[in-house]
Amino acid sequence: MNNIIPNDNCPFFNEKMETMTRAEIEALQLERLQATVRHCMNSPFYKKRFQEAGITPEDIKSLDDIRRIPFTTKQDLRDTYPFGMASVPLRECTRLHSSSGTTGTPTVILHTRKDLEEWAAQVARNLWMVGLRPDDVFQNSSGYGMFTGGLGFQYGAERLGMLTVPAAAGNSLRQIKFITDFGTTALHAVPSYVTRLYEVMRSIDVDPRRDTKLKVLAIGAEPHSEEQRRRIEEMMGVKAYNSFGMSEMCGPGVGFECQEQNGLHFWEDYYIVEIVNPETLEPVPDGEIGELVLTTLCREAMPLLRYRTRDLTRVLGRSCPCGRNHVRIDRMRGRSDDMMVLRGVNIFPIQIEKILMNFSELASNYLITLTTDKENDNMLVEVELEELFTDDFHRLQDLTKRIQRALKDEILLTPVVKLLPKGTLPVSDGKAVRVVDKRTVYQ
Amino acid sequence: MTTIKQLSIFIENKSGTLIKVLNLLSDAKIQIIASTIADTQDYGIYRVLCSAPREAFTILKENGINVQLTDVLAIAIEDEPGKAATAINALSDAGVNILYMYSFLWQGKGVLVMRTDKSDEAMQVIARKSIILLDEDNFKN
Repeated sequence: MNNIIPNDNCPFFNEKMETMTRAEIEALQLERLQATVRHCMNSPFYKKRFQEAGITPEDIKSLDDIRRIPFTTKQDLRDTYPFGMASVPLRECTRLHSSSGTTGTPTVILHTRKDLEEWAAQVARNLWMVGLRPDDVFQNSSGYGMFTGGLGFQYGAERLGMLTVPAAAGNSLRQIKFITDFGTTALHAVPSYVTRLYEVMRSIDVDPRRDTKLKVLAIGAEPHSEEQRRRIEEMMGVKAYNSFGMSEMCGPGVGFECQEQNGLHFWEDYYIVEIVNPETLEPVPDGEIGELVLTTLCREAMPLLRYRTRDLTRVLGRSCPCGRNHVRIDRMRGRSDDMMVLRGVNIFPIQIEKILMNFSELASNYLITLTTDKENDNMLVEVELEELFTDDFHRLQDLTKRIQRALKDEILLTPVVKLLPKGTLPVSDGKAVRVVDKRTVYQ
Repeated sequence: MTTIKQLSIFIENKSGTLIKVLNLLSDAKIQIIASTIADTQDYGIYRVLCSAPREAFTILKENGINVQLTDVLAIAIEDEPGKAATAINALSDAGVNILYMYSFLWQGKGVLVMRTDKSDEAMQVIARKSIILLDEDNFKN
C-alpha cells in the first residue's frame, strides 16, 4: 500500500488514477471487474447466484457483460446476515460496520485491513480534491461507531495528514469551542446540523467569518438542494461540497464534488456506476434519472456486484474542467423505495406504522409529510382517531405526546403528531399514499 | 338524580367540517338545544346538547364521525345576578372541579351544563342545596 502524500501544489491526491482517460478507466474497470467476479466465487452467496444464473466468471469478457450478472439487494444482505456474503475468511477481516436494523434484520459490512486502507485513500482523495492539505485542521461532527461517517472521515483525514478533531456528534457549544480554539479549517457535518451550528454561533456572538478559520465543509448523508448548499456557504463563509457514501460500498468516499461543484465524481477505479430504470432494470441514457447501481472493484472482504442503492440520480457527464474524467453524478433526487432520509437518519414508513398500530386509540390510516422549514427537515405524522375515547383535551394531548415519544424512540427524531377525525385522510384506490415529500430538495 | 348525555364530536380544525355534522343532525330532525366548540390549533371538540342524544350518536357514528356520549350535569338557576356564583360555590366547597361548562337560557331560566371530576359528589351537593337538576326529558321534542 502506497502511503505517499503528494506535494501541496499538486491538485491530485492520486494523479495516475484521477487523471485517467475514459479508455484507461474502462480498461482498468474490466480488469478489476474480472478479478472481483473471480474473487466473489469464494462467497457462498455469489457462487450460488452465479450457478443459478447459469454464468461463470469467464463469461465476463467486456464491461457490457456486467449486465449478465444478477443484481444484489439490501434484502440479500439481510438474508445472509451476518457473514454469509463474505469472500474471505473472518480471520482476514479487521472491522465490521452494521446498520441499526430498525426495519428488520440489520446488515453487516466486513472490511479487511486493505479495504480500510483503500477506503481511507478514497476519502483522502476527496478532501485533497477540494483543496485540503496537511496544514488543515479537520473536524468531524459525525457519530463515531457503527455509523461509517465517523471512522470513515477520520481515517481519510488522517491518511491525508491533517490534524484531526474527532469531535463526534452533538454538543454544539463544544463543537464551536473546538472550531475556534483549534483553528478548524474543514468540517464534516450533515447539512441540517450546519444550520443548527450557525444558530448557536449567532446566539453566543460567534461570527463564522470573523471568528473561525473555516473554509471547507463536507456535507452529505441527507438530501439537500443546491439552494440549501448556497445558503450554507453564505452563512458560514465557506465552500460546501456534497459527499456521497453508503455503508454497503464502504461509507463516505464513494463520490464527492470537485471544486467545480457540478456533480459528484464517482471513483471509477473503485466502482462501476450504472443508472437503471427501477422498473425495467434496463440502463437509462446519460442525463436521464434512474436508480444508481454500484459494483465494487477493489473490495476484498465483501465485494458487492450490481448493488441496487435505491437512490435516484443521473449521469451529468464524463469529463470535467478539473481534469478528472470519472463520471459526474447529480445530487440524489429521491428514492426508488419508500425510504426517507431525514437529518441523516434513514426511516421507512413501516417503522412509523408499527408504532402507530400499537395505539388502540388510533385508526389504521396515517400520512407522513416531510417539509423543509428554514434549513431543517421536519416530519408531520397525521393519524386518524379510531374512537373518541374522551372529550377531555388533556387526555387527547397526552395521547399525542405518548405517540410522539414512542416514535422518537423508534426513529430518533421527534415528529409533529396531529390527530385527525376518522375518514379525514385521503383514501386511494390502490396503494395508500403514506409519504408526501414537500422538501425543497425534491421540488 | 341523573346526568344528561351530551354529544362530544371530534372535528378537524378546518372549514367545512362542522357543516357535515350539522347536516346529519338536521336530516334526522334532531334539535340542538345548546352547543359549544372548544378548539386547539389542530382539532376541535364540538359539544352538543340535543333532543335525542342516543339517536344522534348512532347516526353520527354510522357516518364515520368520531363521536362520544359524555355524561354531563345540567342545572337550572334563576336568571338573576349572583345565582351562578351561589351554585358553583356550593360545588367548589365540596371539592368538585369543573372540567368545562357552558350556559344557555331555557324557558326563562339559566342552564349551566358542566362536566365535573366528581359526578357523584356534585349530585349530592345539588340535592342538598335543592338546585334544580335537569334531565333528558326536559329537552325532548
